[in-house]
Amino acid sequence: MTIVFTIVTLSVLGILSAVILYAVAQKFKVQGDPRVDQVEAALPLANCGGCGYAGCRNFAEACVAAEDLTDLYCPVGGQACMDAVADILGKKVSQKDPLIAVIRCQGSYAHRAKTSLYDSAPACSIAASLYGGDTGCAYGCLGLGDCVKACKFQAIFMNPDTGLPEVIDDKCTACGACVKACPRFIIELRRRGPKNRRIFVSCINQDKGPVAKKSCAVACIGCGLCVKACPFEAITLKNNLAYIDHEKCRLCRKCAPVCPTHAIVEMNLPELKAASEPAGVKSSA
Amino acid sequence: MNPSLLTVSLSPHMYSGESVRKIMTGVLVALMPAWIVSLIVFGWAALKVSALAVISSVFFEYLIQKYILKKDPSVSDGSAAVTGLLLAFNVPATLPGWMVVLGSFIAIAVAKMTFGGLGNNPFNPALIGRVFLLVSFPVAMTTWPKPFSGAMAAVDGVTTATPLAIIKEGLKNGLTPQQLMSELPRYSDLFLGKMAGSLGEMSALALLAGGAYLLYRKIITWHIPVAVIGSAAAFSGLLWLVNPVKYMNPVFHVLTGGILLGAIFMATDYVTSPMIPKGMFIFGGGIGILTVTIRVFGAYPEGVSFAILIMNAFVPLINRYCKPKRFGE
Amino acid sequence: MRSGSPKTFPQGGVHPHDSKLSADKPLSMLPLPKTVAILLSQHIGAPAVPLVKAGDFVKTGQLIARAEGFVSANIHASVTGNVKKIDPVKDVTGYKRPAVILDVQEDEWAGGIDRGLDLKKDIPGREDIIAKIAAAGIVGLGGAAFPSHVKLSPPKDKPMEFLLINGVECEPYLTADHRLMVEKSEEVVTGVRILLKGLGIDQACIGIEENKPDAIDILAAAARDYPGIRVEPLKVCYPQGGERQLVKALTGREIPPPPKGLPSDVGCAVFNVGTVFAVYEAVQKNKPLIERVVTVTGPAIQNPSNFWVRVGTPFHELIKAAGGLPDKTGKIIAGGPMMGRALDSTDIPVTKGTSGLLVLPEDQAKRELVENCIRCAKCVFACPLGLEPYLLMALVERNQLDRAFGERVLSCCECSCCSFVCPSHRPLLDYIRLGKANVFKKLKEQKQK
Repeated sequence: MTIVFTIVTLSVLGILSAVILYAVAQKFKVQGDPRVDQVEAALPLANCGGCGYAGCRNFAEACVAAEDLTDLYCPVGGQACMDAVADILGKKVSQKDPLIAVIRCQGSYAHRAKTSLYDSAPACSIAASLYGGDTGCAYGCLGLGDCVKACKFQAIFMNPDTGLPEVIDDKCTACGACVKACPRFIIELRRRGPKNRRIFVSCINQDKGPVAKKSCAVACIGCGLCVKACPFEAITLKNNLAYIDHEKCRLCRKCAPVCPTHAIVEMNLPELKAASEPAGVKSSA
Repeated sequence: MNPSLLTVSLSPHMYSGESVRKIMTGVLVALMPAWIVSLIVFGWAALKVSALAVISSVFFEYLIQKYILKKDPSVSDGSAAVTGLLLAFNVPATLPGWMVVLGSFIAIAVAKMTFGGLGNNPFNPALIGRVFLLVSFPVAMTTWPKPFSGAMAAVDGVTTATPLAIIKEGLKNGLTPQQLMSELPRYSDLFLGKMAGSLGEMSALALLAGGAYLLYRKIITWHIPVAVIGSAAAFSGLLWLVNPVKYMNPVFHVLTGGILLGAIFMATDYVTSPMIPKGMFIFGGGIGILTVTIRVFGAYPEGVSFAILIMNAFVPLINRYCKPKRFGE
Repeated sequence: MRSGSPKTFPQGGVHPHDSKLSADKPLSMLPLPKTVAILLSQHIGAPAVPLVKAGDFVKTGQLIARAEGFVSANIHASVTGNVKKIDPVKDVTGYKRPAVILDVQEDEWAGGIDRGLDLKKDIPGREDIIAKIAAAGIVGLGGAAFPSHVKLSPPKDKPMEFLLINGVECEPYLTADHRLMVEKSEEVVTGVRILLKGLGIDQACIGIEENKPDAIDILAAAARDYPGIRVEPLKVCYPQGGERQLVKALTGREIPPPPKGLPSDVGCAVFNVGTVFAVYEAVQKNKPLIERVVTVTGPAIQNPSNFWVRVGTPFHELIKAAGGLPDKTGKIIAGGPMMGRALDSTDIPVTKGTSGLLVLPEDQAKRELVENCIRCAKCVFACPLGLEPYLLMALVERNQLDRAFGERVLSCCECSCCSFVCPSHRPLLDYIRLGKANVFKKLKEQKQK
């Protein structure tokens, strides 16, 4: 008898609870735009924040709410992903070239001498708040890996031989997390280029030439030779520092050989023929 | 590295000189009086249990850190030794050696290292070890050697019941506390350590001396011990005032069993106790009341271990809601 | 007048060994260096605008850079000589900032400056006082270097009641303020009277830690004729000299938490003893702020000293005068050991905010190995502002800035008590500082949106 009573009681309780749960779920149901779900499904769902929104869901909502998609871009999914979103929503989308993060510092252990011993919490942001860093260059990489920690795609790693971070081309999604994480603003998102080929000034030191050269063997000294060498006016000189505009650069390879400090880096480009000056370029990563 | 380079770091550039190892050594020193009392009372048996517990705890921690976590072992900080000794303090002197080792394993491997080692364990490891032994081997864990019967206690079978067990049994059989008094040790014996019980809960005097040292070294603050003892005394006192025929008096409650050991050494474990005085009072008060509740109304004669573990579970919540007085607000 | 039992602030604080090696070393004049580098930004607020160019000849005390805006300060030449160039120079922040670099010649003072040592007790009117303080480029000499004329012009809706003088010097090792109080007590008291008049109030309180009984006695004697000026002994407890702690200890009032709270919110103005002396010289002697007392000290320093140093003198000159850099020097700190900044070079120039130079040997330079947090709550008990440093560090490490903000990360005064007591040697303050900076950044971004 007792067992029957127990079974009945528990069954009634169970059914009652189910009814309550169902009623509450119905009452508080959130009615959303079904297109948000469709857009979200088309996104990479990395929730990296590279688009400027907190997560993919927020980005999808923004896409649905927007007039057109020209100001919205998912760097991880790239053009294909945005085209898919545009199809779902029937909105206009802009064409963008794929980007990649580049690290604009070559101040490896070999190129930059230590001038002090840093001894606080191992984070670039903390070191940067303390002083100009443990080398003579107050602009260059601090080597404590804030960018590595920020990357959600394991696309950056610290090279133990150089003490500098390196980007893995295939894994980088250009979400920009590392750009934000770097307290020195060393990392820049640049055009990926065909076959990941890219040329950039791998230095952001704004000291005068001799000062920069003293602190780092491969610093840009602002001599301007590259500016003269560039046939496309892609290179500008500002604050003792050359900058190659990646929208204008045609990868003609005239600038790197003339750089006296090898501060201009050519990545994933074949070795130049012996005729021209060997540029001392690493095609690492 | 070039030795002539200057070191650059954020302030401060001077430190108090305190370290985890110094603190743990301080705790071990504070445990010494009670340990010596246990040696006097139980002789070699106490030495065997405590040595086994300490050595196996340190050994397990070393093994796990070195071979499973592949980290630099940090056993030299002394926290495993403290856990081991506290576990030994919470078991009878006659407990078989393999049980002691098993208890140490549970304390270190399950209660401490699985959560990430020192600082991350939500529950007091020594108490987890003790409770595991208590529920797994209830007979062995409640067979108490008669004080001063020496190492032969277990062999001779000279065992006795703890004062709390005598009370529990007696009250259940309808006796009054007054009638039970003749069977119980005198207050002076309780104070100095002449009663049956676990290794470390013998002498109130030795425990208080250890507590005084901890306070002097500023290793603990007074809040938790006072809250535990105060609330246990207040609650048991209240019951006693309501019905002195049915309930024991508060002095007896405080001096017997593990209240002092728990209040001074177990509840004050840094990792598993609150950070703010207000929270410490809530935590300690909860322990005191739960202990008396378990002793008086529960199935077990003693409840300090359970009370502390239950309150351990509340610590994150207490820390979340008990905030220090913010300056200027 | 001297008050009775010592006061203190109610919560937190630590007791570092005070190590006042130079407490009985009288003030002495540091010889003029060969070149000086006078930074254009030695104060909180906008950098001053240079009025000179390379090749110009300037006299000691001549204005060489003008304050830019209200919260800024004039800068004067601290030596006589030719301007070599205006160039970025590394300062105590570890970054390069523009500075006027002078080649030093024989001292020739600009006109109108009274260099006599006689005591002048008659004080001018209020407008005159504020104008002279602003003209002389006086900033707080305790370290923060906040322009003093701004403090003397509080908003109208915040009535002033108390002038509090910070003679606490709770940082270990430092003795600059101590020596100044002992040797220039009459000038300091006159300076206090000037500031009282400048603020238009009549209650002043000089707070001094008990470990300086000579300073307490001498100042109490110098102030005996002025019933409005009290000398208050304070308990030895770091950070007794923190603005919030000092106001609490002396008046019982609590300054509201940052980012908004200021002493003026509770009717107080706080000045450092060094600032008071500079005010005296500026108002009574027309002397701009071009020199200050700097303690040079350290366990291995041969002659720990208190020097009168011209602004812009490179640190290596100070170390040389104190017996040279000892062997096995591991760390050089501008300021005290609790809040000072470690330097990576001795070429950095003295600024108006430099209170001391501490040289530590190698064995005291390195931090200990970081261990797990054992949740001992020592940091919570040490925090004078009622924060939970262990929690803030964890939140900042996990980048939970909103929660860190809710747990009052911005209230932190960076006194270092938490890192000082941590038995696991955790870099609590490193992360809390980072959290403050990141929260400020986030708030700014939100405001812009």
